[in-house]
Amino acid sequence: MAATDLDILASEGMRSLCLGGHVGFDSLPDQLVSKSVSQGFCFNILCVGETGIGKSTLMNTLFNTTFENEEASHYMDGVLLRPRTYDLQESSVDLKLTIVDTVGFGDQINKEESYKPIVDYIDTQFENYLQEELKIRRSLFNYHDTRIHVCLYFIAPTGHSLKSLDLVTMKKLDSKVNIIPIIAKADTISKSELHKFKIKVMSELVSNGVQIYQFPAEDEAIAEINSSMNAHLPFAVVGSSEEVKVGNKMVRARQYPWGVVQVENESHCDFVRLREMLIRVNMEDLREQTHARHYELYRRCKLEEMGFKDTDPDNEPFSLQETYEAKRKEFLGDLQHKEEGMRQMFVNRVKVTEAELKEKERELHDRFELLKRTHQEEKRSVEEKRRDLEEDMNSFNRRKVAAETLQGQAFQGSAQLSIKKDKDKKN
Amino acid sequence: MSTNIRFKNRFIKPEDSEDRQYVGFATLPNQVHRKSVKKGFDFTLMVAGESGLGKSTLVNSLFLTDLYKDRKLLNAEERISQTVEITKHTVDIEEKGVKLKLTIVDTPGFGDAVNNNECWKPITDYIDQQFEQYFRDESGLNRKNILDNRVHCCLYFIPPFGHGLRPIDVEFMKALHEKVNIIPLIAKADCLTPNEIKKLKDRVRDEIEKFGIKVYQFPECDSDEDEEFKQLDKELKECTPLAVIGSNTVVEARGQRVRGRVYPWGIVEVENQSHCDFVKLRSMLIRSHMHDLKDVTCDVHYENYRAQCIQDMTSKLTQDNRVDSPLPILPLPTPDAETERLIKMKDEELKRMQEMLEKMQQQIHEKEQ
Repeated sequence: MAATDLDILASEGMRSLCLGGHVGFDSLPDQLVSKSVSQGFCFNILCVGETGIGKSTLMNTLFNTTFENEEASHYMDGVLLRPRTYDLQESSVDLKLTIVDTVGFGDQINKEESYKPIVDYIDTQFENYLQEELKIRRSLFNYHDTRIHVCLYFIAPTGHSLKSLDLVTMKKLDSKVNIIPIIAKADTISKSELHKFKIKVMSELVSNGVQIYQFPAEDEAIAEINSSMNAHLPFAVVGSSEEVKVGNKMVRARQYPWGVVQVENESHCDFVRLREMLIRVNMEDLREQTHARHYELYRRCKLEEMGFKDTDPDNEPFSLQETYEAKRKEFLGDLQHKEEGMRQMFVNRVKVTEAELKEKERELHDRFELLKRTHQEEKRSVEEKRRDLEEDMNSFNRRKVAAETLQGQAFQGSAQLSIKKDKDKKN
Repeated sequence: MSTNIRFKNRFIKPEDSEDRQYVGFATLPNQVHRKSVKKGFDFTLMVAGESGLGKSTLVNSLFLTDLYKDRKLLNAEERISQTVEITKHTVDIEEKGVKLKLTIVDTPGFGDAVNNNECWKPITDYIDQQFEQYFRDESGLNRKNILDNRVHCCLYFIPPFGHGLRPIDVEFMKALHEKVNIIPLIAKADCLTPNEIKKLKDRVRDEIEKFGIKVYQFPECDSDEDEEFKQLDKELKECTPLAVIGSNTVVEARGQRVRGRVYPWGIVEVENQSHCDFVKLRSMLIRSHMHDLKDVTCDVHYENYRAQCIQDMTSKLTQDNRVDSPLPILPLPTPDAETERLIKMKDEELKRMQEMLEKMQQQIHEKEQ
């Protein structure tokens, strides 16, 4: 019954009615605003840039406070991401600000892996949110959202073009986070060089298909200012935490021997424009884009990986539950199969090892027998040799004795001869 | 401009020549001066560092010419796997009758790729090649017109955006400090306030010492130099590494036309000593220490190379007589390890043979008895 009513309504289209009097639901936006103010807002900024390029100083300047940080060293082995969360308050609006710093970016000699820790961090934050979403008992309204809402990419002011590392990194990040490219330390580029540099950077980004964040131009209230700002990208900024006296005011500036660079002077740098765009006008839009575009993309890829589909092979909408059951059965079946396989393998291996061991035993036995035999033979031959030697010795001794007796006789004979001779001589 | 000239022209005073004690060899410096002006000088300067640090601009500012008119710069995507090239520009410049043949060796692509492992190898190979070529020429039969292409000085540009030396800077300087005079410079110094410059210089000096990098040391002043020169020399030594700014354009500042960079907040003058150390670099490199750089290259780096080369060659020769050497090799008085080992082996064999002989003799003796 209810199904057919709905069908009729759908085919007719929604009718817009006029109100007879003031109902009061025009206060809905106000209710929403007061609710969000009481909840507090949260914003996460990722700063990517070389060591010493001015990330921390710019954060200090943007939020007009000093976030504690030590100078990073140039000798890190790889890129580290360092998130820090602060609670700020302005006119009873609470902001939970998380600033994620990339420590050691661009310092290594081989920078091929430099983008990986950054991409991993962003994915981890998405993953955490996804896990929270998929929980059975979840508390999304209470959840501290750590997904990165904006990535400020700091470009070194060489004046020529982007560095190769910048291009590679931005290409990896553009589908995961809103990128706003910034030219850091812009007080080293003169106006004409800056103009050429900005054009070169933007054309390189476009020709390589890098999607940077475009300030939204749909809402008429801010469309005009947003589209004019789009033309100033990338913003050339100068940051400073020191104050210098200019005229009769203390302003944030950098003092050089040849002049003073005022941070909030629009003709000196684009800091004011960045602040407008980032904080005053588009903060909420950045959060929305992160949730509606980047996070959804991540979620879709992740779930498709896990095998979930919106429609089954017959093009009928699937319910999550059915898919879940099917997956579970499949998984358990897989598990059993694997167990069987492992058990088989184990049994086989045991058999093989047994056979090997038996073989070795036999071998050893054989060798033992062989050795015994050889030993016996050796003994026999040695005995024989000994006997031969003894015979030799005996025959030698006999000969010796014979020789000696011969000698003795000969001696006697000669002695007799000599006696005879003497006798003859005497005669 | 002429306050930095060390050479004092000693003119012969007329009363000296009449003095009976006067021999006249005090004019030797004048004769050297005349001859060298006639012969002309040559100097090879290498500039190294990542792209975008202002190397070409600085070279143009130093020598007041435009050496890099038709240069093509690569895009970021082309640089992802770029290899280092060596390019040479040679110019002949003349000033007050003194001719200088200046060669600038550039290293485009250094440090630009994503993977920069051993990217200094082409540079060290180039320097070694020049040494080798000079070595061969010097040992040849006809030595009249030897072309000296050896690199006399290498200016290494350190980016000012970091907190000190980076791993690639350290590795590069360590690979080259025994082959060429390295002068480290802090590039694009107009992005640093005076405090920051001082901090960075101290940091870099400490790190150079920590890693044991032998950069070019200015020679000590002789005690008979004038005070002004000694003072300048002292300042120079305390200022290293020099923080420089270069400019290709001439602008109007304080009523004069100077080389500089125009910003909305002021004009940086390249030749203003309070803005940067460019003037110090120029005076050191060109006006006072150019010849010393050449001397150190000849006396120290080249001699090291030559000694190493000869040692390698002779040790190879004793092992393999088929290797020809370009030089006549003198027989070494001490035998090297290989032959000694052989001799020892033979000795042992002989001893063993002798022992066996003795044993056999004994046995025969016993048998006879």
